[in-house]
Amino acid sequence: MGIITLTYPDLCIAALLVIALSLLSFPLKLDLSRQLLIAGLRTTIQLSLVGLVLKALFENVNLLWMGAVAAVMLLTAGREVMSRQKRRFAGMWGFGVGTLSMFISAFSVTFLALALIIGVKPWYEPQYAIPLLGMLIGNTMSGISIGLDRLTQMAWDQRGIIEGRLMLGQQWSEAIENVRKESIRSGLIPIINSMNVVGLVSLPGTMTGQILSGTVPVEAVKYQILIMFLVAGGTGFGTITAVWLGARHLFDERQRLRTDRLRSAK
Amino acid sequence: MKHLRIENLCFHDLGPLSLEVDTCECAGLVGPSGMGKSLFLRAVADMDPHTGSVFLDGRDSAALPAHEWRKKVGYLPAESAWWFDTVAEHFSEIQEDWLETLNCPREIMQREVSRISSGERQRLALLRLLMNRPQVLLLDEPTANLDAENEERVENLLEIFRKEFRPAVIWVSHNREQVRRVAHQTFLLGKKGLEKISQSRSLVRQ
Repeated sequence: MGIITLTYPDLCIAALLVIALSLLSFPLKLDLSRQLLIAGLRTTIQLSLVGLVLKALFENVNLLWMGAVAAVMLLTAGREVMSRQKRRFAGMWGFGVGTLSMFISAFSVTFLALALIIGVKPWYEPQYAIPLLGMLIGNTMSGISIGLDRLTQMAWDQRGIIEGRLMLGQQWSEAIENVRKESIRSGLIPIINSMNVVGLVSLPGTMTGQILSGTVPVEAVKYQILIMFLVAGGTGFGTITAVWLGARHLFDERQRLRTDRLRSAK
Repeated sequence: MKHLRIENLCFHDLGPLSLEVDTCECAGLVGPSGMGKSLFLRAVADMDPHTGSVFLDGRDSAALPAHEWRKKVGYLPAESAWWFDTVAEHFSEIQEDWLETLNCPREIMQREVSRISSGERQRLALLRLLMNRPQVLLLDEPTANLDAENEERVENLLEIFRKEFRPAVIWVSHNREQVRRVAHQTFLLGKKGLEKISQSRSLVRQ
């Protein structure tokens, strides 16, 4: 069973949906028509460019090129983590803490999967490396941004309690323990939920994609299970790393709570 | 040797402030609101970044790990913080005669923190701090919002503690009468810094 190639007219029919929606936005006064058209245009341009980049990458398997693409993915995700925080760390830490944690967890889990589990040769073969890394960074990104957002927000809200505990002679790690625990938990709950309902509510993207391209369902399922586990590991370790680093940075060398290291909420 | 010695303490845009409080001595600290009395106590407890030094028995605060310093230099903030459900969970031990001095029934320990009055919370916060047996007490309006009876009970407990453990005390208060009662010497924190305004009662040594 091969794949049915889509023609450009096929895509135009689908594009009509977006155009129709943006026209409907006028009488409904949604004020979204411009945004919808721009978003549709961006989808087309961005994906086409990615298609070209992937084509080039697949044709020239090269660790340097692969590394460059990975770096772009990581930095973009790092910016996204930063912009999702209501009260982020000031200065380099705002960007650094999420990006570094994402780098540590997503990259090592991807490497583990490529080199040890799937056993691709060479391990940086873009056909496997890019989709895997993309999924890991994407999911780790949401865990880390939820965890960090919660950490900084709770530390701010509970600064009286944290300082009250310090004043009684507790160490910083004891004073922030509850906040740290809650932040890690909230970063992990989405992935646990999605492992629970996967297959029952929706078919995940990888599996859908593989089935559409003609893979037998049993094989697609195996890949999906692999992905779910990798994503759970990556998200979990990434969130823990980020929350630990962040919690440490909330205190200085004299174990003072430094809320001045957070930028005020906008 | 002075027990607590504060030298050229600068924090936020205040200072340099210097002050010495002997062991078993209580220094009253008064002054208009917003002059930084609480910030001063916070800096002594090493809760805020500052320059200058604080010595306890000749040892610089920087020579001790921060949490050990704060165990010795106990700061009672005006607003007490509670993080567990019941009162008892905040105490590792309890001295019952002190609880009695504060006129708190024993059962109060089993109550939920949210169910006790703010006056009880304020008194229990003091008890919780005293259980650390600090060598320095930094008291930020310890009897604000208490009625006259409870104010007296808190003063009594602090007097008992002072005589038994001989801490150096800095007592911030808006109540001049109280300062006259409890403090051996009184300082005013104003625009010009710390200024000694009275030697209100002689230091009685046991």
